[in-house]
Amino acid sequence: MSVLVWIEQIDGQAVHSSWEVLGKGRELADSLGSPLVALVVGHGVEAVAEEARGYGPDTVLLADDPALERFRLQPYAAALQEAIRRADASVILASATTNGRTLTGLVACQNQAGLAPDAVDLRIEEGKLVAVRSVYSGNILSDIYFDTDQQFASVRPRSFPAPEAGEAQGAIQPLPVPVDEGQVPEKILEVKPADTSEISLTDARIIVSGGRGVAKDPELGFKLVSELADVLGAAVGASRAAVDAGYIPYKHQVGQTGKTVKPDLYIAAGISGAIQHLAGMGQSKVIVAINKDPDAPIFERANYGIVGDLFQVLPALTKEFKKRLGKEEKE
Amino acid sequence: MKVAVLIKQTPDTAELPKVSPEEVRSGDVKATMVINPWDEYAAEEAIQLGDRFGASSVAISLGKEGETDALKHALAMGVNSALLVDVEAAREGDVWAVATALAAAVQHEGDVDVVLTGKMSVDGNSGAVYTGVACKLGWNLLVNVTKIVDIADGVVTAERSFEGGQETVTMPLPVVISVAKEINDPRYPSFMGIRKASRAKIPVLTAQELGLESIPRAVRWENLRKPEARHTEVQIIEGETVEEQAAKLVDALLAEKVI
Ligand SMILES: Cc1cc2nc3c(=O)[nH]c(=O)nc-3n(C[C@H](O)[C@H](O)[C@H](O)COP(=O)(O)OP(=O)(O)OC[C@H]3O[C@@H](n4cnc5c(N)ncnc54)[C@H](O)[C@@H]3O)c2cc1C
Ligand SMILES: Nc1ncnc2c1ncn2[C@@H]1O[C@H](COP(=O)(O)O)[C@@H](O)[C@H]1O
Repeated sequence: MSVLVWIEQIDGQAVHSSWEVLGKGRELADSLGSPLVALVVGHGVEAVAEEARGYGPDTVLLADDPALERFRLQPYAAALQEAIRRADASVILASATTNGRTLTGLVACQNQAGLAPDAVDLRIEEGKLVAVRSVYSGNILSDIYFDTDQQFASVRPRSFPAPEAGEAQGAIQPLPVPVDEGQVPEKILEVKPADTSEISLTDARIIVSGGRGVAKDPELGFKLVSELADVLGAAVGASRAAVDAGYIPYKHQVGQTGKTVKPDLYIAAGISGAIQHLAGMGQSKVIVAINKDPDAPIFERANYGIVGDLFQVLPALTKEFKKRLGKEEKE
Repeated sequence: MKVAVLIKQTPDTAELPKVSPEEVRSGDVKATMVINPWDEYAAEEAIQLGDRFGASSVAISLGKEGETDALKHALAMGVNSALLVDVEAAREGDVWAVATALAAAVQHEGDVDVVLTGKMSVDGNSGAVYTGVACKLGWNLLVNVTKIVDIADGVVTAERSFEGGQETVTMPLPVVISVAKEINDPRYPSFMGIRKASRAKIPVLTAQELGLESIPRAVRWENLRKPEARHTEVQIIEGETVEEQAAKLVDALLAEKVI
């Protein structure tokens, strides 16, 4: 028996939230009294396997093959199946990224095993995984108990703290996965990599978001949002109204039909606080609202509020943070 | 070519906070029910594939008898036909049971080349049903597709997006495709469409017809509850000037240790 964690890599870089899952995996493996195994799949990704050793696994399995260079579901599922066999894994985890969700889902289904998608907490009871899921868009929680010997879960990013990298442990073991390129149904024709300088919303510790409140000068409004985000090392978010109005691309949308985020600090500027927006950011640790309407619903969920014009408040905040965080000289 | 689009009927998002654990447990949710917002994109894409490739489209929903409003919305948008699947054994939140019933319905429909689905349901939130449907059918799967570039010679070319960016890929049919919001702008049903849909008689496929009186299940949902209420008392930062307000807010946030 073991706990197996898939460490996702994109273009040779480990996906940060994978370490959160591996850190939690250590805890689960200890309470089961079974080993923790990390799985890295790709081509020429020894560095990721090496990095994984710093987060406490007993073994790192490395499946390396040219056909595995980029994520494709069928060959990656074959690699995960092989790793489950090799590690005799009973608890199989991944971060709930697009690929992590799909991979755990397909392999769980192939093995007729239970799946807890996008779990927000994990624990062990009576030798089995119990996952907590947030459903009805954050309005209901449920414990998921498994009736199967294999228990799969994908884990929502930022559900667990990122572990500190420690001394490298565990050996890297090659995991041969026979993939016949001719048998892989999916062919990748073209790749447009994401802008890696942009901080991902789901991984962000701090998010600064803008809403329809920028309407009188949207370009300036989102420039002010971005400037504050830059000083704080934060990601930029937006309400759907701002996205629908074309002020900012959809990938920045937070909420019901956008991203679900859980930063330590969420600053909402010119956002009214509609239920569908709260569904995406209501779990943030500290919420700050900047809104000129003192009766805006966002103030009911916020910890701190400034009633005022974002076009004045945002630059003042940026300036103050620069001063306090010692970034003023860059001005 | 035939396209099936999977449509779930879900609570109006504005009413989700009112849904109680008891309602979820009993399966008798009192909220106003509408088409799952993500599934409007799938329905729109089904209609567009009809226009582009002469495909016929069928909307399939797993739900209880009478739960046809979401299907009627799809019909009113322009999907050709609709089918309600009523399988009691698939109602208790096990995604594989739901997928088993939907896959059986697709098979029952016959000749389907493409199954389109939404990205996620706003109540189940699993983003897993399409994976299960592909698995149960033994079909290929494309997730989070932002554009269907072409379908020709039994192969679909599509763009999909994930955290690492965008990829253009090809995949042989038959295929299950979950669509992302970027794929299209769902149309509003026309007046004529609504009239026609309101008169449509939607056939119901039963567990018996599908041979699904019982479905083994893999997970149990226990201890349904409301998340702990957030007791926030907002602290409004006052000041003579915005500079003063900004300074006070920064003090507070530094003290919270969130910077
Ligand atoms: C199915 C469905 C899904 C949805 N999904 C999402 C989602 O994913 N994300 C989302 O955000 N919404 C979503 N919505 C939309 C949601 O209901 C709201 O319409 C939207 O969140 C409103 O955006 P907003 O707060 O920016 O705009 P508004 O509600 O118009 O609020 C603008 C706010 O800015 C303030 N303001 C104006 N000028 C200034 C100024 N100069 N300085 C400071 N404050 C100012 C105003 O007082 C107001 O409170 C969804 C809706 C539906 C029906
Ligand atoms: N009961 C259902 N009936 C029809 N389609 C469904 C049902 N449940 C889920 N789906 C489809 O699967 C997608 C993902 O749902 P979920 O896995 O519940 O997040 C939805 O957007 C729908 O297209």
